[in-house]
Amino acid sequence: MKNLYKSLLASIFAVSTVVAQQTPASAQSETITINGATAHIGNGQVIENSVVVFKDGKITYIGTQAQNVGGKMIDAKGKHVYPGFIVPNASLGLSEIDAVRPTRDFDELGELIPHVKAKIAYNAESKVVESMRPNGVLLGQITPRGGTISGTSSVMQFDAWNWEDAVVKADDGIHLNWPSSFTFGRWWLGEDPGAKPDKKYAENVGAIKDFMHQAKAYLKGGQSEKNLPYEAVKGLYDGTQKLFVHAGGKKEIVDAVNFAANEGIKMVLVHGNQAHLVADLLVKNKVPVVLDRSHRNPNMDDEDVRLAYKMAKILIDKDVMVTIGMEGQMERMNTRNIPFYAGTYAAYGVPKEKAVEMITLNAAKVLGIDADYGSLETGKSATLFISEGDALDMRTNIISHAFIQGREVSLETHQTKLWKRYMGKYHGK
Amino acid sequence: MLTLGLLIQFNQPMKQKLLVLGFLLSCLTVFSQDYFPKNDGVKTTNNNYTAFTNAKIYVTPTQIIENGTLLIQNGKVVNAGASVSIPQNATVVNLEGKQIYPSFIDIYSGFGIAKPKRASGGGRSAQYNGSREGYYWNDHIMPEAHGVSSFKFDSKKAGELVKAGFGAVNTHLEDGIMRGTSMLVTLNDKDGDETRILDQDAANHLSFRKSVASRQSYPTSIMGGMALIRQVYHDSKWYANGNSDTKDRSLEAVAKNKNLPQIIDAGSAANALRADKIANEFGMNFIIKGGGDEYADIAAIKRTNASFIVPIKFPAAYDVSDPYAASMVELSQMKHWNHAPTNPGVLAKNGVQFALTTADLKSTKDFKSNLMKAIKHGLDETKALEALTTVPARLLGKSNMIGSLNKGSIANFLITSGDIFNKKTTLHENWVQGNKNVINNMNVKDIRGDYDLKIVGNTYSLKLSGELSKLKSEVKKDTVKMASKVTYKDGWLNLFYIPFDEKEERFVRLTAAIGDSDNLSGNGTLASGSLTNWSATKTADKEDDKSGKDGKDGVDGKNGGKGGKGGKAGSTADKDPVLMPLTYPNNAFGFKTNPKAENLLFKNATVWTNEAEGIMESADVLVKNGRIAQVGKDLSDPSAKVIDATGKHLTSGVIDEHSHIAAASINEAGHNNSAEVTIEDVIEANDIGIYRNLSGGVTTIQILHGSANPIGGRSAILKLKWGEDADGLLFKGAPKYIKFALGENVKQSNWNSFSRFPQTRMGVEQVFVDNFTRAREYEAKWKAYNGLSKKAKARAKAPRYDIEMETMVEILNKERFISCHSYVQSEINMLMKVAEQFDFKIQTFTHILEGYKVADKMKEHGVGGSTFSDWWAYKYEVNDAIPYNGAIMHSAGVVTAFNSDDAEMSRRLNQEAAKAIKYGGLSEEEAWKFVTLNPAKLLQIDDKVGSIKVGKHADLVLWSDHPMSIYAKAEKTIIEGVTYFDSARDEQLNKDILKERNMLINMMLKAKNSGMKTQPPKKKVKEDFHCDTVEQF
Repeated sequence: MKNLYKSLLASIFAVSTVVAQQTPASAQSETITINGATAHIGNGQVIENSVVVFKDGKITYIGTQAQNVGGKMIDAKGKHVYPGFIVPNASLGLSEIDAVRPTRDFDELGELIPHVKAKIAYNAESKVVESMRPNGVLLGQITPRGGTISGTSSVMQFDAWNWEDAVVKADDGIHLNWPSSFTFGRWWLGEDPGAKPDKKYAENVGAIKDFMHQAKAYLKGGQSEKNLPYEAVKGLYDGTQKLFVHAGGKKEIVDAVNFAANEGIKMVLVHGNQAHLVADLLVKNKVPVVLDRSHRNPNMDDEDVRLAYKMAKILIDKDVMVTIGMEGQMERMNTRNIPFYAGTYAAYGVPKEKAVEMITLNAAKVLGIDADYGSLETGKSATLFISEGDALDMRTNIISHAFIQGREVSLETHQTKLWKRYMGKYHGK
Repeated sequence: MLTLGLLIQFNQPMKQKLLVLGFLLSCLTVFSQDYFPKNDGVKTTNNNYTAFTNAKIYVTPTQIIENGTLLIQNGKVVNAGASVSIPQNATVVNLEGKQIYPSFIDIYSGFGIAKPKRASGGGRSAQYNGSREGYYWNDHIMPEAHGVSSFKFDSKKAGELVKAGFGAVNTHLEDGIMRGTSMLVTLNDKDGDETRILDQDAANHLSFRKSVASRQSYPTSIMGGMALIRQVYHDSKWYANGNSDTKDRSLEAVAKNKNLPQIIDAGSAANALRADKIANEFGMNFIIKGGGDEYADIAAIKRTNASFIVPIKFPAAYDVSDPYAASMVELSQMKHWNHAPTNPGVLAKNGVQFALTTADLKSTKDFKSNLMKAIKHGLDETKALEALTTVPARLLGKSNMIGSLNKGSIANFLITSGDIFNKKTTLHENWVQGNKNVINNMNVKDIRGDYDLKIVGNTYSLKLSGELSKLKSEVKKDTVKMASKVTYKDGWLNLFYIPFDEKEERFVRLTAAIGDSDNLSGNGTLASGSLTNWSATKTADKEDDKSGKDGKDGVDGKNGGKGGKGGKAGSTADKDPVLMPLTYPNNAFGFKTNPKAENLLFKNATVWTNEAEGIMESADVLVKNGRIAQVGKDLSDPSAKVIDATGKHLTSGVIDEHSHIAAASINEAGHNNSAEVTIEDVIEANDIGIYRNLSGGVTTIQILHGSANPIGGRSAILKLKWGEDADGLLFKGAPKYIKFALGENVKQSNWNSFSRFPQTRMGVEQVFVDNFTRAREYEAKWKAYNGLSKKAKARAKAPRYDIEMETMVEILNKERFISCHSYVQSEINMLMKVAEQFDFKIQTFTHILEGYKVADKMKEHGVGGSTFSDWWAYKYEVNDAIPYNGAIMHSAGVVTAFNSDDAEMSRRLNQEAAKAIKYGGLSEEEAWKFVTLNPAKLLQIDDKVGSIKVGKHADLVLWSDHPMSIYAKAEKTIIEGVTYFDSARDEQLNKDILKERNMLINMMLKAKNSGMKTQPPKKKVKEDFHCDTVEQF
């Protein structure tokens, strides 16, 4: 037994001596070739026994022909190479410890605050962020929470000195929490805690429409004084930003899609618990869905106990474009489990490569970074990782190398350091 | 009188004076008792009799006199019988064709006793101590209260109840857990309290709800409430034996009232069973007020042998006309709507003695229609009458006084036009203590029918219909209908209509005094304003009712409407109500009949034995009589059903050491030690969490108390036998456990609460040291006392029985084991040292996220660790939590498990186990034990479950794939040979549920269309509990 741990430890330390811990990697200096891995392209395709070459941060070759380009060779026979996983609708780096208020930077005061920007508070040195990399999660859309219009998100990569350094796409989207047509009783005032139709739903929706119409009028010009919130939604009307509407119910989704269509705004649906009931409308309006994690309980006792697991398949079968986001209970620390949410969606009907696509190319498309990220294609950023096996399965998601923009990033974390320290304590080095 | 008035005149301003004078006058007339001085006239007495003759008299619901006489005098029944001699000084009322019943009794009421106001204050700074002196330490225990002391006769409410047929109510102060005594009072508004109060200590009342008047925190949960009631009973016995050095008026009252009827407001079938459990423990009989859902668990309700009080309140149909809103209503809610009206009938058929109450009704007016609905849904009419008369009288021990018309009873009775439960019957009078209350005058002439109305040369047809008190009119010229309205009151008819040729919407107004003639005549004012005479000649008596109203009670709304001519209401037109099948439990995914154990033979599976045999390829497992009978190759057994498991994996069931599903409450947060509470009291056998767990291969769970306090409550260990009741779920023969907790939650660090000890980890240690020290002393005291001779015992004061300390002593004596919520290394170390100081060991640290830092010490102490696979960063104390924790503890020789503490994660613990492979490189076999054999060891049930071994329970899961693969699905989950989850059945149920929902939605739409009341769709919200959930109580 003891020997087993010793050999295990030896391998751990062998890896850790190669890579500096948690210091952002410097720019790619030499050409790197990964030989022999099964390459999961990210677009549904697989290349067995592949050759992947990247230089100056860009993929220069992917295929099956041996490449003699010098530089560093990584023998990955029997292993798997994936594009870095991408998480839309994440709030990583905006809070370090949920219960400690001073660390919470994701929810600003105010109802309609598109001018508030997530990138500003993003903590590039977060211990939670660094814990993403050993699971292959390398990029995310950092998103504020709360209010009606929560603010503006940015797409960040997870190996950076500071937020400016981390930005992949600044201010990519505005996040709108669509009002619920249900209201919950306030139990602390002795009300029935159940949900009942909200009589103020139309009024609440109206407030959003008013805001947007006012902004639109303002943006036509002629105003001498600046209005920051109105300025902040400019990208929605000129097509450079997307509106991420967070909505779950059928009614809310239909209202939101119709609203965005009328305004000529590019919309992405976030959550979409009942998106399967209005899939045609989503397809017609080209609205993709950022599904929640598959590891959810049903909303109702009556619901198929595995409905959440099956949701991706149901939507994909109806031709809806699907990716997976991360919002809700313990969302930050659980973001590293994104591959396994995709895996569970695969267990319940999504073909495995489609499941990979959900958290790679589809995510990149939804975030508007697919020209550079999301798949292993020539010319794209060398943001990828090597796994011992199927990266969607906990047993085999064991990452040996990860690259962001060609830079080999550290797979060490606060957590691996503690692991090694205490294994060393009990079993010697 | 004058003197009084003058006195007041001198001392009061004018306006007030008059009011006060008036008040006094009325008071004085009310309170004129026989021996009171008389200053407003001469003394009058009236000992006359009143005889009601020729009536059908229900002396009791089963003792009926067809043509009898009821004789009353001075508010009491003198006699009732077929041949009663009528004294000379009697007034005689001929009730030919009429019927007499005892007036109803409402045994559960708050009549005339105002509820206290909700205590002000708020925020989260809890109040831990009681606020009274000389009473019990807990403000919610008020057995010394007397409803009568705050009673004020409520004439308005009395009028409503009298109108509904009630003559007496048992009323109490509806506040608190122990509420003191109720009073039995008649609804007599002609006399005063001196006459109408029949008993000012009629019954003793309890509930599971806290007083709104006190903010004392304890109990915060129903399990705390149950423990509190038990402790009060122990204390009162101890106190009554003279063992207390101090005075406690509450405990005195408990002893004083113990022989009264004990009425407890349970509010639901589940709570009724909880109440009954307490009653049994103390050899008491509770009369249990239920919640109207007893039908769903009738077998268990029947087993209680208790008498019940059930509300005659039924939910209105949900307004499901908006399909989206309708989709939020749960099947269980719709089924309850469907079944609730059967509740009284089901109770009656099962021989449960029960009284009906108007309590919980929004309006007393709904009483009759709801009662009729219950009868239509199978409640026997005699039982209905008993539930309103003889049963409540018997339950209160007042059968000689109320509930019947036997000699000497109080003269509370009803006069009706016919059978009391016939829809068309009119309630004419409700006599209370010999005082007449006219509800619908029985001397009103029935003028309904068709007439030829003649006025200034015109002849119209006039039709009068409907109820006499709400007469409807129709005035027609040939076939042209004219707008009209009629009123009929106190012998006068007023009829208005707009003539068909009238352009300006002016009315013709007619009036007539009703005499003996069948024809009508009188005078009136024409549209023009000129006066005239009119007459109407009757051409036909009223038609039989076409039961237009019946439709409103029809379940499917098809009834009523156009009954054929002469069609009899309430018979052919009324279809039997359609009822959805009941299931066990009675919500989604329940069983129509509970599944049985089968002998099963799994062929050709990959078998994860968790034993020396390891993972066996292509192996067979035979299950017989709920146990593993054989494990091997090429097995056969003719008695067994063969299951082809080729390509599949068979494992023992997943065990969750730390779960919070299937409980009505999780935290008793009111004290820093709540060892007196037990989760076993609050198991919710119908929680969907059980089924969801089964769908993930979970067969056994420990429901732990939460982490609101250092010493939490006792756990419940369950087998997830979906469909069984709470008792059936308990893991038989499992050792006893209790939850302890450390760190931020018990320090109340993450919310603003600064008033409870402990606030630091230093204080946490002292809570344990203090409680175990006291427990030792407590045990010693009892040992000393029990060692005394009989004589000496009689002289000595007995120690107080303390449920909390009893539990602590169990721990010290290694009869109960600790599973302790823990995070950082210092506190983990601390608790082991405390245990060692008191010579026992901690069984399990749960959460134990820094266990890896002290794994060597844990190994030495002999404690196991049940941890999360990868949770961290949610609070400060989990800053150093690492997903390698399980692997490190395991490597140091600590028995290690992964648990959920979460209703979602619990159903995929198989995936969580796989994380021990990713984080720390465990072998697959060892990782799998993290969620099967190892938790079984921690719970000390590994002799029964946790591996596939001959003789162990057949708790098995058949997986579609490698059990720790992300792609694995549980196909069958089996407990003791019973298949509780089957993915094929699950798929079918999903379809059935949709079908059933659709049927119920259609029934509700029909109900709405037929004019029945509806309620807006509402989604039930049940929170998933975690350690730190403090639920509302």
